[in-house]
Amino acid sequence: MIKCKNLTKVYKNGEIETEALKKISFKVDVGEFVAIVGPSGSGKSTLMHILGALDAPTSGQYFLDGQEVSKLKDDQLSELRRNRIGFVFQSFNLLPRTTVLRNVMLPLLYSGISMKERDRRARRVLKRAGMDEEKFYDRHSNQLSGGQIQRVAIARALINNPAIILADEPTGNLDTQNSRLVMEAFQKLNDKGSTIIVITHEDEVAAFAKRVIAIRDGKIEKDTGN
Amino acid sequence: MLLDLLKETIWSLSGNKARSGLTILGIVIGIASVITMIAIGQGAQNSIEKNIQSIGSNLIIVMPGAQRGGQVSGGRGSAQTLLLDDANAIKTETQNISAVAPEDSRRYQITAKGNNTNTQVVGTVPEYLDARNIKIDFGTFVTDQQVRGSAKVAVLGPSTRDDLFGVDTNPIGQSVRIKNTDFQIIGVVQSKGGSGFNNPDDTVYVPLTSAQHFLSGNNFVTTISVAAKDQSVMTAVQQQINDLLLKRHKIEDPAQADFSLMNQTDIISTVTSVANTFTILLSSIAGISLLVGGIGIMNMMLTTVTERTREIGLRKAVGIRKIYINLQFLAEAIVLTFSGGAAGIFLGWLASLGLASFLEMSTQVTLFSILLAFGVSATVGIVFGFYPARRAANLSPIEALRYE
Repeated sequence: MIKCKNLTKVYKNGEIETEALKKISFKVDVGEFVAIVGPSGSGKSTLMHILGALDAPTSGQYFLDGQEVSKLKDDQLSELRRNRIGFVFQSFNLLPRTTVLRNVMLPLLYSGISMKERDRRARRVLKRAGMDEEKFYDRHSNQLSGGQIQRVAIARALINNPAIILADEPTGNLDTQNSRLVMEAFQKLNDKGSTIIVITHEDEVAAFAKRVIAIRDGKIEKDTGN
Repeated sequence: MLLDLLKETIWSLSGNKARSGLTILGIVIGIASVITMIAIGQGAQNSIEKNIQSIGSNLIIVMPGAQRGGQVSGGRGSAQTLLLDDANAIKTETQNISAVAPEDSRRYQITAKGNNTNTQVVGTVPEYLDARNIKIDFGTFVTDQQVRGSAKVAVLGPSTRDDLFGVDTNPIGQSVRIKNTDFQIIGVVQSKGGSGFNNPDDTVYVPLTSAQHFLSGNNFVTTISVAAKDQSVMTAVQQQINDLLLKRHKIEDPAQADFSLMNQTDIISTVTSVANTFTILLSSIAGISLLVGGIGIMNMMLTTVTERTREIGLRKAVGIRKIYINLQFLAEAIVLTFSGGAAGIFLGWLASLGLASFLEMSTQVTLFSILLAFGVSATVGIVFGFYPARRAANLSPIEALRYE
């Protein structure tokens, strides 16, 4: 499903060039649960952004379901992000001054689906993400705890039933109990057939995955699935 | 889909009421002030034109003093070169005229029944009504007998009557005091609807000789009004009067004439140029308000988009198409500028009305001012609300999300 060939990403900051990714190549099949680990600055987030079609590599190729992503047009990329990939950011990235429900429904904007249906789907997906209490659905993000916000972000990523879920440090801001809840939610999704790639620097989180790829200094150091 | 757009737009704008409110306020003030300024200017022009038009288009006015090409002569009436005999000569020796009315006019402070006002006192003859196209409302105008006898009688204009005796009263039989002399009121003339300076409604008419004896103390006349029979003979009549007076005053060179002739067209163009200057001044002030308002709008829009670059990045990241993001920001800019525009136009119209009724200024809201003010504000608002957003939407989602 995912194939990366010699992915390289170079950041230019004035005269200073930083090579965040150095010719990374690997494959991920449908239904896998992969954890990407590594120290900070190793290039994990950069790789994730490329996998999520949020950024482009400086060189190399990224194939998703046989299509080369860098050759896709802007609207096609939007469709990818909307329907096929669900991205969970480490910093949540919810819309400010907006209710939980509207945040979760954001990917359904302009889809032509009725408001009633959108509302129904949002509530269903919030429960799947572990947020059952409906009283929170009309609250704004600044009225929620870190764990609750993270679950809203996960629900948003799931609302269009993506085949792939990419989560960048989804428990980075959470306490132990909430971390466990979130990882169990991912586990359930993987059991149902979704492909999950999670970045983490915590061993307890990596233990949930069936395959671990270790990245250091922009290169793959170890891959338990190879 | 359009409904989504509308809802997102409204949600977005009302989500930050303070910022939306300030942006709209800038637009409202800019537009309202431009409309009001130009309305005042237009109103001034209107009332001046109305004053002049009420005089009549067949009128030729002979004034003492040299004519200085096209400018309002400050010396009007202050020189003393015209005599009553000049007026009589014009009457007998000029063809194609229907009325000749000499005047001795000056402004005085007049009092009556404890009230006082400063007004124009016109000493003249019965033919003044014909020459100046004025009608008597009730009572009688100055008669030949009263002119012959220097009678101490007065006829009031309706505004003067209102100021001294109360609105719509009949003051006949009572008297006004002008320069320590009492004049008995014998009539009131009809309103001609003027305003501002030289308002025919705010005038007191007395016999010419009474003005000369009791008020000005000399034998000169300050103006001679001549009504030509119709417009076609105007040029000929003016020429005749010119030649006649040159001969009577024993002046060889027409350029050295100690009098000047003006017809309604001349007066209009002279006064219009003054009004134009006034309008230009007001328009400049309006222009500056528009500029400042425009810069304010531009600033608010740019700040808003900069602050929302991360939001744009997020929308792209969850898969919203670039065109919808652009449309949303365009819609927001349009809603802001149009609603601000409507409010500004309404406020400007209201202010113009308020000035007209409370300050008795003449104002007229012009379509030009509405289009100008709205056009500038809308253009600035939309350009600076939309194009920066478009630029942000072209960034990759991560670039936009990282934007500080």
